[in-house]
Amino acid sequence: MAKLFAVTIIVIAIASAIPIVMHIWPMPQDISTHGHLIDEQYSDTMWEAGISFLASQFLLGFFIWKFSDPEPGTKIKNFPGGAAGLVIAAFLLVGTECLALGVFGVKAWASVYFTPPAADAMPIQVQAGQFAFYFRYPGPDGTFGPLHADQISQANANFFGLDTTHDQDSKDDIVTAEMAIPVNREIHLLMHAEDVGHSFYVPELRVQQDFVPGLDLSIHFTATKIGKYEIVCTQLCGLGHYNMKAYLEVMSQEDYDKWIKQQAALQ
Amino acid sequence: MHDTAHAVHGAPTSFIRKHVFSLDHKVIGKQYYALALLAALVGMFLSWLMRIHLGWGSFAIPGLHLLSKSGAPGDVMTPEYYLQLMTMHGTIMVFFVLTTAPFAAFGNFFLPIQVGAEDMPFPHFNMMSFWVTFVGFLVLVTSFFVGDGPTLGGWTQYAPLSAIGSVGGPGEGLGVILWASSIAIFCIGQLLGSLNFITTTLDMRTKGMSLMRLPLSAWAWFITSIMGLTAFAVLMPACILLILDHVAGTSFFVPSNSVINDQVLPHSGGSTLLWQHLFWFFGHPEVYIAIVPGMGIVSHVLITNMRKPMLSHRVLIYSMGALAVLSYMVYGHHMFVSGMNPVSSLAFSFPTLVITIPSTIVVLMWLGSLYGAKLRINAASLFALGFISMFISGGVSGFFLAQPSIDIMLHATYFVVGHFHLVMGVAAMFGIFAGTYFWFPKMVGRMMNETLGKVHFWMSFVGAYCIFMPFHYLGIAGNVRRYQAFTDDYLIPLIPVHKFITIAALFTGFAQLIFLYNLIHSRFWGAIPPNDNPWEGTSLEWSTATPPPHNNFGDKMPVVYHDPYQYSVEGASSDHVMQTSPEQLKSGNDEK
Repeated sequence: MAKLFAVTIIVIAIASAIPIVMHIWPMPQDISTHGHLIDEQYSDTMWEAGISFLASQFLLGFFIWKFSDPEPGTKIKNFPGGAAGLVIAAFLLVGTECLALGVFGVKAWASVYFTPPAADAMPIQVQAGQFAFYFRYPGPDGTFGPLHADQISQANANFFGLDTTHDQDSKDDIVTAEMAIPVNREIHLLMHAEDVGHSFYVPELRVQQDFVPGLDLSIHFTATKIGKYEIVCTQLCGLGHYNMKAYLEVMSQEDYDKWIKQQAALQ
Repeated sequence: MHDTAHAVHGAPTSFIRKHVFSLDHKVIGKQYYALALLAALVGMFLSWLMRIHLGWGSFAIPGLHLLSKSGAPGDVMTPEYYLQLMTMHGTIMVFFVLTTAPFAAFGNFFLPIQVGAEDMPFPHFNMMSFWVTFVGFLVLVTSFFVGDGPTLGGWTQYAPLSAIGSVGGPGEGLGVILWASSIAIFCIGQLLGSLNFITTTLDMRTKGMSLMRLPLSAWAWFITSIMGLTAFAVLMPACILLILDHVAGTSFFVPSNSVINDQVLPHSGGSTLLWQHLFWFFGHPEVYIAIVPGMGIVSHVLITNMRKPMLSHRVLIYSMGALAVLSYMVYGHHMFVSGMNPVSSLAFSFPTLVITIPSTIVVLMWLGSLYGAKLRINAASLFALGFISMFISGGVSGFFLAQPSIDIMLHATYFVVGHFHLVMGVAAMFGIFAGTYFWFPKMVGRMMNETLGKVHFWMSFVGAYCIFMPFHYLGIAGNVRRYQAFTDDYLIPLIPVHKFITIAALFTGFAQLIFLYNLIHSRFWGAIPPNDNPWEGTSLEWSTATPPPHNNFGDKMPVVYHDPYQYSVEGASSDHVMQTSPEQLKSGNDEK
């Protein structure tokens, strides 16, 4: 039975690695300027974790095969080098691995969070509420009007609580249920939660950021490929969580210009 | 350290004091085990319901409406009921199974015996700790049957959803209050238990039992109890604050200007991230509260079955200690994309990566110790070896989640679900099973059926991999967790994987029913152990009667002469020398 167990461990280890090696269920394609840094970090980690995983499981299987149910009279043997060798190896190998992943990982993280958006980045505000995203474009004046929580009304389609009667900046704001952006243009996304925690996740954009009620956050990114992608909520927000989504359309600049005009006309 | 035999409390005479409100740590240990078993069955049943729903969403599960008319009209689960069952599955499993069984159940039964004590120093606290925990479980289960059912906010109960009351959704009013009350009560039980474990280890050791002579299982419970004392002490007040937000008009976790149904909520000034900080300050040590006892149990079981000690007793103890200390410095990795300061993310990332060093050392100690062993294969050792395999598999995925940049992709996906189920769920369960097959004879005076035990192992081992490895692939493909259905375009192609996982979950669950049958059948009709030491162990539990008498060692308290694992010692009279044996060893396995 020990030998069967040893083989099973090794077969499971190999079988577990096959879908990764064969890219059977791959990561969604990357359509962002920063995504390759995350993907490279992921790939490096996969190599290191994959080798650790296979080596450890193989060793476990091999030792179970070799050292179980011995002949009577067999004497125990000690691992060559004892514990000290293994402790030193763990510190050196895993320590180096941790240091390398930690240091190189900073680059990918910094590209998202420590680099401010360009001065000409296009501002868009997104508001998350149970169970929909709404988007706001500042209009020709380039300025968002203030939000008034007490004026939010689903019935009047005033999703952001804008006071277009009194607030000059709000008058030309454009509110949409779908997010459209021009390709190769940096977007500065201003995030506001209406009620509870939500999240903005577009796997292809390599972007995931929670909405925090009471704390307006912002992220920035540039999409590099025209297409239609899904924005999904990843923060459990209530009974309709699974169905909370919107579409992100990455367009050519011309198409975007047409689209934003159409949306302005609909306000 | 005490060195005289004296009864902490007399043997009970009435049925109630003997079996119900018992002061005996062994009875309390069994009560904890029974509670964990009941909780595990409920938790597993809930996971079946969830998995069936995820595989075949429109499938009517016969009789489901009996559990909740509104949650399962026509026996088909509603989206909110899925979330409610999911929340209860996670809460029951983390608190009432993974904390209760390896720590409270086995620790209660065996820690006093392994240190050579008659009982724990505060038996009334000990009895209270179990009954308080039991009440906590009842309060949690009650939420199934009152109001609009249990909370749907997940076992992490993120605010403000958990703090705004019933406007947040079904179960978010009374359901959350019951959840938070249950967990606060549970925390009291664990604090009382931890206090007893710590004092038992420090003050109740018998003559000759120095700290380094404690078995690794005893060390694991000791380290875990220190974590328990500090982690549950934070969660309990957090739960109280959450309850106050519901019933006292406070706003600890709800900020100003939150709007639901076009109404501005009457809260102001609270912090939603405060809950996450408080919760995860408990939550990450909790991972180690669940797994460190398993490490100790598995080491203890393996050593007995390898017929040789660990490569280094001391290194394993230090590694478990390092895991405990570091577990408090890493909790922020749950919050990389939460809106926490991104510099903090890097600060939490580094210790999260570093914690892989003691974890690796533990694994290398196990692997290095297997080298040159005389390994006996039985149900207990199979589960112990399976634990190592699961711990490795679950551990390596931690490399990904420790890095904030990769977490951008994998956070809140099934990758996380696969990771924590393997490393703290399945591995911890395998530790519980290893401990059960190993200690059952000592606990009840009967052997478990080995054949059924091995069938249980094979089905569980293969089944668990079939469930939890695919979770990682789903996560890499961007499959978000906590969805009751997969309606997004990019998730639809992944549904066949979910169906496969559901079948594997039903198969693996069936294996647990075999275990349950074996446990109950063996309890009453199992073979009588050939002697008090059927596995030829060396620690103190094997030098007393089976099952142990009321005060554990009869009239004479044991005296300890050796380190715990004197196996295959050159020149010794047999291949194992008990800790209580006065035999002089020329070259024992004592720590230098």
